[in-house]
Amino acid sequence: MTAFAKGWEGLPGFVSAKESFGETTVTVEREEIHAACERARDDGFTFLADIVTTDYLGWGHKGVSGYIGTGTGRDLNHPATQGFQSLPAPKPKRFSLSYHLLAMEQPARRVRLQCWLDEGESVASVVSVWPTADWHEREQFDLMGVQFDGHPNLARLLMPDDWEGHPLRKDYPIGGEPVRFSDAE
Amino acid sequence: MTVAPERSARSRRDWPIVFPPPYEGSRIPARVPTILDVPAELLATDDILQINFGPNHPSTHGVLRLIVDLDGERVVGLNAVIGYLHTGFEKTMEQKTWWKCVTYPERIDYLGYQNAELVFVLAVERLLAIEVPEKATWMRTLLCELNRIHSHLIFLGTSALELGAISMFWYCFRERETILDLYEMVTGARMHTRYFQVGGLAEDIPEGFYPECRKFVEWMPHALDDYLALLDRNAIWLERTKGVGLLSAQDAIALGQTGPNLRASGVDWDLRRDQPYLAYDQVDFRVPVYAGGDVYDRYRVRMDEMAESTRIVDQCLRRLERMDGRPWIADDRKVVLPPREELHTSMESLIHHFKIVTEGFRVPEGEIYVAIESPRGESGCYLVSDGGPKPWRVHFRAPSFVALEATATCIGDAIIADLIAIVGSLDAVMGDTDR
Repeated sequence: MTAFAKGWEGLPGFVSAKESFGETTVTVEREEIHAACERARDDGFTFLADIVTTDYLGWGHKGVSGYIGTGTGRDLNHPATQGFQSLPAPKPKRFSLSYHLLAMEQPARRVRLQCWLDEGESVASVVSVWPTADWHEREQFDLMGVQFDGHPNLARLLMPDDWEGHPLRKDYPIGGEPVRFSDAE
Repeated sequence: MTVAPERSARSRRDWPIVFPPPYEGSRIPARVPTILDVPAELLATDDILQINFGPNHPSTHGVLRLIVDLDGERVVGLNAVIGYLHTGFEKTMEQKTWWKCVTYPERIDYLGYQNAELVFVLAVERLLAIEVPEKATWMRTLLCELNRIHSHLIFLGTSALELGAISMFWYCFRERETILDLYEMVTGARMHTRYFQVGGLAEDIPEGFYPECRKFVEWMPHALDDYLALLDRNAIWLERTKGVGLLSAQDAIALGQTGPNLRASGVDWDLRRDQPYLAYDQVDFRVPVYAGGDVYDRYRVRMDEMAESTRIVDQCLRRLERMDGRPWIADDRKVVLPPREELHTSMESLIHHFKIVTEGFRVPEGEIYVAIESPRGESGCYLVSDGGPKPWRVHFRAPSFVALEATATCIGDAIIADLIAIVGSLDAVMGDTDR
């Protein structure tokens, strides 16, 4: 039996665990993410599939895509319940940082470790836990501007080195890039 | 050929790794896992030549740039630079309605396009909790396996071409052409088909597809024999690939490698079998595993996979041939476009059609990560929905992106000519890497 078979409470910095759409999301404290990842790896989650940041700036505001939502989701058996105007549940901070882990066992186990951070807050790098985190963290730094403390080479990865701003943030303008070699230049 | 021992004989702890490693310990560079640093004593000799390999070079499979430090012919330093094909797909998809987004994933991994499309559609369907008809599931399985063969054929053709075996390229593209013809027959497009819809397929399977596809299934094993005859006893090919670009199982897992690259390092892991999706739990196939961790074994894994995929296509055909007249898309008018002929007679259908096309369907609030086994390994799709008609966040876990992280480890102290073989064997698609 694994250490977390009964519950995730033993994980360092544990905040909450929830099941949705058949997946487990475990929220941990931002300061404890490195310790939590180490514990998870030692428990069998030897494989880091992905690191992804989501920017929740403007989440649930009017005029932003998806203002009208169904709070409880769609119920196929009761079509009349569709289309309730409800706001999506508020988020604790601006950015969520998700680590998708996989335990190569039979059957395969997956978990999403998640922590929350605001603008200006940084998080510990997990390159020492999983070397594959190197480029994943660089990508998140590049496109979302998340700072990873202790990363050995935190440089831009996909955008040019001298790029300004972080394109995947919600406040990054769309269509603001000047077109070269055009009359408008 | 080494055969993996029965799974029951292994304990839970040592399970996916089944073979002794090709080298002891770890070869992942110590300072930065993806950068091979030139040793200080070599740097002191002042005899190191730094060259740019790419981003425009015929053998980099796109716009990969490698900054290579050479000591004579020996590679002593390596830094992979990516991003030359970054197109901001993830940002673009946030501006599109869910059903318009389906065209984007296939352009990300443009060789495994059908699988890329599948992972996005599966993720949306999981959020919607929509039931997909059986016929669509089997057809998706069939097309994804054809796509896997297509992708591996391009790998085989181009990597053999780079090592001087030019005839392989023509042979592989002969079969690839047949597959593209099959795609054209079903979907109307040779690549980037947009044939998978949320809820099922875009169109019914056309008449005459099954016999044509069966011809291909019967021919493909002979084609594979041709390839083996051309390559597998070819002294130059063996010399260039065996023992080159070593990657141990432990390093492969630490570096997040998936798919054929992982299975060539002796890790018995395939999401089609270990976390089944579509109809993979109902078909019979073998997961090829080799232990050498070198370029040759990566080639062998893909060769075997093509044979297995052909078998899966055959089994799918047998099922599909008995499903004529069955529905190919879910009957859910809030998500799926109504049948074309109804638009002339039914006001409700017209309204539904109008609403879905202009505003788009809504997807319940939530986040989801769905992973499938694409030709290049674990292809994942992470979605966040706020309950509206557009995705809040889309992210793809690109197997090529991760595969290129392993270049610095694989390179060891290879010579510059081996670099071509190694990068080719990792089978990275730059569109997938840079997104």
